[in-house]
Amino acid sequence: MLRRLSAKQPEKFSFSKANLKWAKAQLKKYPKGRQASAVIPLLWKAQEQEGWVSKPAIEFVANFLDMPEIRVLEVATFYFMFHLKPVGSKAHFQVCGTTPCMLRGSEYLIDVCKTRINGKQHSLSSDGSMSWEEVECLGACANAPVVQIGSDYFEDLDKESFEKLISDVETDELLVPGSRSGRFSSEPSNMTRKYSRKKLSSENASVERFRG
Amino acid sequence: MVNKKVKINETIHDFDENLTIIQACEISGIQIPRFCYHERLSIAGNCRMCLVEVVGGPPKPTASCAMQLKDLRPGPNGEPPQVLTNSEMVENARKGVMEFLLINHPLDCPICDQGGECDLQDQAMSFGLGKSRYTEDKRTVEDYDLGPLVETHMTRCISCTRCVRFTTEVAGIDQMGQTGRGEDSEIVTYLSNTLDSELQGNIIDLCPVGALTSKPYAFTARPWELQKTETIDVMDGTGCNIRVDSKGNRVMRITPRENHLVNEEWISDKSRFVWDGIRVQRLDTPFKKVEGNLIPTSWEDALSIASETMRCGNTSFVAGDLVSVETLYTATKLSEYLGGTKVLGDLDTSGPLNGRSFYVGNGKIEDLDKTKNIILLGTNPRKEASVVNARIRKAWINGANVYRLGVKETLTYDVNELGNTFFDLQIFLDKMGSKKSFWTDTIFLVGYSFLNNRSADVALNTVRSYVEKFKSKFLIIHPNASAVGSLDLGFETDVKVKQNVMKETKTIYNLGCDTLEVGKGSFVIYQGSHGDKGAGSADLILPSACYLEEDGIFVNTEGRIQYARKAIQPPGKAKENWRILRAISEKLGYIPNWQDLNGLRGALFDDFPLISEPGKIIMVPWETAEKQKKLGSKVPLKAYIKDYYLSNCICRASKTMGNLARARNSLNLKKAS
Amino acid sequence: MLKEKDKVFPNIHGFSDRSLKGVMARGGWVDTKTIISRGPDHIIKTIQESGLRGRGGAGFPTGLKWSFMPKSSEKPKYLVINADESEPGTCKDREILRHEPHSLLEGCLLAGIAMGCSAAYIYIRGEYVREREQLEVAISEAYDKGFLGKNACKSGITFDVYSHHGAGAYICGEETALLESLEGRKGMPRMKPPFPAGSGLYGCPTTVNNVESIAVVPTILKRGSSWFSSLGRKNNHGTKIFAISGNVNSPCVVEEEMSISLRDLIDKHCGGVTGGWDNLKAVIPGGASVPLIPKSVCDDALMDFDWLKEQRSGLGTAAVIVMDQSVDVIKAIWRLSKFYKHESCGQCTPCREGTGWMMRIMERLVKGQASLDEIDMLIEITKQVEGHTICALGDAAAWPIQGLIRHFRGEVEDRIMTYSSKKAIQAAE
Ligand SMILES: Cc1cc2nc3c(=O)[nH]c(=O)nc-3n(C[C@H](O)[C@H](O)[C@H](O)COP(=O)(O)O)c2cc1C
Ligand code: SF4
Ligand code: FES
Repeated sequence: MLRRLSAKQPEKFSFSKANLKWAKAQLKKYPKGRQASAVIPLLWKAQEQEGWVSKPAIEFVANFLDMPEIRVLEVATFYFMFHLKPVGSKAHFQVCGTTPCMLRGSEYLIDVCKTRINGKQHSLSSDGSMSWEEVECLGACANAPVVQIGSDYFEDLDKESFEKLISDVETDELLVPGSRSGRFSSEPSNMTRKYSRKKLSSENASVERFRG
Repeated sequence: MVNKKVKINETIHDFDENLTIIQACEISGIQIPRFCYHERLSIAGNCRMCLVEVVGGPPKPTASCAMQLKDLRPGPNGEPPQVLTNSEMVENARKGVMEFLLINHPLDCPICDQGGECDLQDQAMSFGLGKSRYTEDKRTVEDYDLGPLVETHMTRCISCTRCVRFTTEVAGIDQMGQTGRGEDSEIVTYLSNTLDSELQGNIIDLCPVGALTSKPYAFTARPWELQKTETIDVMDGTGCNIRVDSKGNRVMRITPRENHLVNEEWISDKSRFVWDGIRVQRLDTPFKKVEGNLIPTSWEDALSIASETMRCGNTSFVAGDLVSVETLYTATKLSEYLGGTKVLGDLDTSGPLNGRSFYVGNGKIEDLDKTKNIILLGTNPRKEASVVNARIRKAWINGANVYRLGVKETLTYDVNELGNTFFDLQIFLDKMGSKKSFWTDTIFLVGYSFLNNRSADVALNTVRSYVEKFKSKFLIIHPNASAVGSLDLGFETDVKVKQNVMKETKTIYNLGCDTLEVGKGSFVIYQGSHGDKGAGSADLILPSACYLEEDGIFVNTEGRIQYARKAIQPPGKAKENWRILRAISEKLGYIPNWQDLNGLRGALFDDFPLISEPGKIIMVPWETAEKQKKLGSKVPLKAYIKDYYLSNCICRASKTMGNLARARNSLNLKKAS
Repeated sequence: MLKEKDKVFPNIHGFSDRSLKGVMARGGWVDTKTIISRGPDHIIKTIQESGLRGRGGAGFPTGLKWSFMPKSSEKPKYLVINADESEPGTCKDREILRHEPHSLLEGCLLAGIAMGCSAAYIYIRGEYVREREQLEVAISEAYDKGFLGKNACKSGITFDVYSHHGAGAYICGEETALLESLEGRKGMPRMKPPFPAGSGLYGCPTTVNNVESIAVVPTILKRGSSWFSSLGRKNNHGTKIFAISGNVNSPCVVEEEMSISLRDLIDKHCGGVTGGWDNLKAVIPGGASVPLIPKSVCDDALMDFDWLKEQRSGLGTAAVIVMDQSVDVIKAIWRLSKFYKHESCGQCTPCREGTGWMMRIMERLVKGQASLDEIDMLIEITKQVEGHTICALGDAAAWPIQGLIRHFRGEVEDRIMTYSSKKAIQAAE
């Protein structure tokens, strides 16, 4: 896929105060003079802040890391998680279409995207709230088919549960990430019965946080 | 250097183990096909055309451009490692790579400017399959605007990244890159901007296919129709080696020739693209001034006017920036006969330059490769010697430190600023003191903004005494092609002498100097090629050949003697420079004992043995420096070249150079805002 | 079946207590100091004796790899953890990152000290945002307890661990592309030599290891090399995390003994192939890049490096992709070709141009829209890519297709024939 910057671009970009502080802290991870290492995390943060990576954001990051702009553009266009134009304001569905997911029905999910969001990937739904794309293996193949929205994975989907997921986005329901088949993680399903969710110890609460 | 025995095909050779296989093969006379590999760029190893078989290695071919001999393992009984360059594995791999390169290539050779000199075309002939097995749709790619010099046809691009590597590594601009990935990756400049470099034209030569071609040359000629002349460039004092391709009596293009000692294999955009200025604004017939207007006249008339004036009073010769040594020599002889002064136009020194150890130095361009510290004194090599500048950048990349005394203009490497006055220089010298290890590994590059400054003679003496004491290197960067030749022949630069000349001379014989301010009282004869400023203020104009229209010797900034050769005929009635001067000499009663150029050169070499050895630098004894004086002058150095693209009469006549100057100005404006 | 007590990752599914207290109760960060005090050589020797082979796909002996690191170096040395996990079918490191992160951190410390590294960078694929967050919680827990950082585990040694992430590029799993990415550039593989042990991250000596390779290290050092080497067949030792996806009743990630039979793995953990063993068509046993094996081979398959290699396939990442009789195997492989075309970095000619070409032919083969001799041409093209590229992605793109044609040529030919006869009928009508 050709990766070019969007024709429409905002005037400027700068990090929010909190993100600026975060960005400065990132630089400490890398040896002196190696600040370019932080380019992916910083672009990622910019995308988190604005929803996509704009030309001013590329130039801001280049300036922040003292890198030539072309080198940051190379990075932004090489890594496909960077959106180079705006995506759905509520959700951008990244549907895994690679073989393991395909074997378990990802094509049906893509059909759903086509009818409910837009016939074409990388295009906004009519109200601009949703968009979708077919992505390559998300690395959760034992929970296929998988869809990623933002930072979260939605797993063990089928047509119905995916339709429900889209409806939940539309009606601003709180989305619960994870498996749709009742599994806790990627355990064999007979184990799921053995450890019912209730039995999970309370110490896990801190980690639970990250599961939505 | 550690040597290693390696068997290439059936012969065992002894090589430096740091060589790559491709280099070793080349030394032993075997050409390995390649696209991405280039001697003077970093190794990319991406085209995979240079695959060879390493016997006993993994059962797959190896990229010969990337593999060093030291990494080859010996055979089971300690035999030297063996490389095969024509085994079945190799032939097969090359065929495959060729096929891959061609599947998305448009194969539009008949309409491609690279046709006939295209690496891809050549190698497709030798390694390709008969017909393409690729039946899918070909990729289409958009072109983009790289400015007035380089035309893009990106469907032909094979992603070898030579252009990206050249611009970042040699030219020192981070503007080109490869975006995206996989088969959709594209070679681009940042947001399709024009490149901000004086060396960008070199990517045309580097591009092994026709993706980057010359805009001015576009569709004007096919290589086999061209007459090729190997000659020397005069756009600056470097003396870059060039080849001029002409068709009929027109220059179609200029490309570099390799000379490791001088320009490696680069030339500046000025050298490469100035040729459209050759035919514009030409003086193609003599002119004389009648009642304040210049009107055409015959040679006969012009020569008698000239000789009459010169007979009646003292004549001073002024050397311009593009004059060959033969012309200067003929003028010198005439000047001796008439008894006058001869001066160099563009250099005003505060004292005499008594010999080469003053105006050339003891350094060479190639010394830059080996020296740890490079001190720029009143020179902007980027503008005054763009190719030397690339060499400084190379040294800097390899760890050299660069210091600068002078105006802060953007260069392509980081510099340690020393200030902008001779007083600042003294501070630096005092600070470094007599640190021998520092000075012995140092080269001073001295420019005209230093030499043209007040009390430069004292400062130059100081520099020379350091050079003398510590065996440092020192080289003057002359921005003009005729400078060293003029100085060798005794043209004066001392500002006092020059001021007198302008005041007292009756006749000024101006050899193409366009920066001359003439007093009211003198009669000015202008001998030159273009109707520029110098011609505008003349009383008599003698039209002459320019550097591509006559044979001539030029001495470059390091004192190297090089021969320029005639590529085309001068226009109209314009004549070779030495012939004009010889004709006037005869009229004045001084008849040289030579008739032709060969005879002229014989006499020249007898009088000036310094100039007699082509390609060489003749080292002359060092004039001992005088006792140092403390430098106290706080007069700031002034930049020598203001408008890089418009620095002489030929580029001022060139439309391409005008476009570049405008593009550069608007870029600078954008940067400033 | 692997006994509970022999599991290196008892909490791989995250059921048990994941707090540091829980981790330590299961033996994490216990005796770390003692192990360190036995010295680097001892650590490397133990790992060498255990027979641990890299879990990132190539199966290179881990202890041997560590021994390539220069003993003394003016520059700092680095350990880099490959948590890019993007090989289709593979989802095992994810479980370590989110459920057993401390085993990885403890492994980083021990491996790092063994090689004299000053720090470890863990490069996680960009999509694993939650996994990264969980790893980062573990990192800060470990720092809080003094397990990492200055005087790590009271060893007197300073050792730092940093997490870093990508942004969607399979190629960054290739170790030198990973280093490029970590240095802030496009993930384009480097040419070798120089190998990372000579010049890796920031030009310093570097070892790149897979998450699982490092996460098993603490347990090996604690239980001894002979315990580890007692599991599995000769030359294929220890436990292994398998990820089974595709047409099984219950896809899952499980830790099992190396060399377990494929049938046991699927029947005991995944509730069998959908429709029963006889409904099996083919299995890709080690992630997308290894050639598939047909049912006849699956019947006796042992899941280890050497057995699968003998069958011209490979254990790879032990990501088992199961396909039953309902699957259009040509399409399944076409989808992998699409993946490789999508993920080629574009640097070298055969891969940049070849992956697209192969995919386009595969696309036509799915429909049967090709001529029979194009099958051999396709094989030739895969051979022109294989071995001619800078990194192994080219090979990875070639192998699945070669496997398909090797085992299912008849099916491909039938498809072509059906298509052309349909065409002929249409033309006649
Ligand atoms: C295209 C390609 C992708 C790879 N992806 C991964 C990956 O996602 N994770 C991984 O650990 N190794 C991956 N590898 C293998 C690594 O290059 C490297 O061999 C491995 O990280 C070494 O770790 P180990 O010795 O612990 O197995 C990949 C290799 C290639 C050629
Ligand atoms: S084989 Fe493919 S992924 Fe690897 S370097 Fe070459 S183009 Fe890039
Ligand atoms: S194939 Fe979809 S997650 Fe791997």
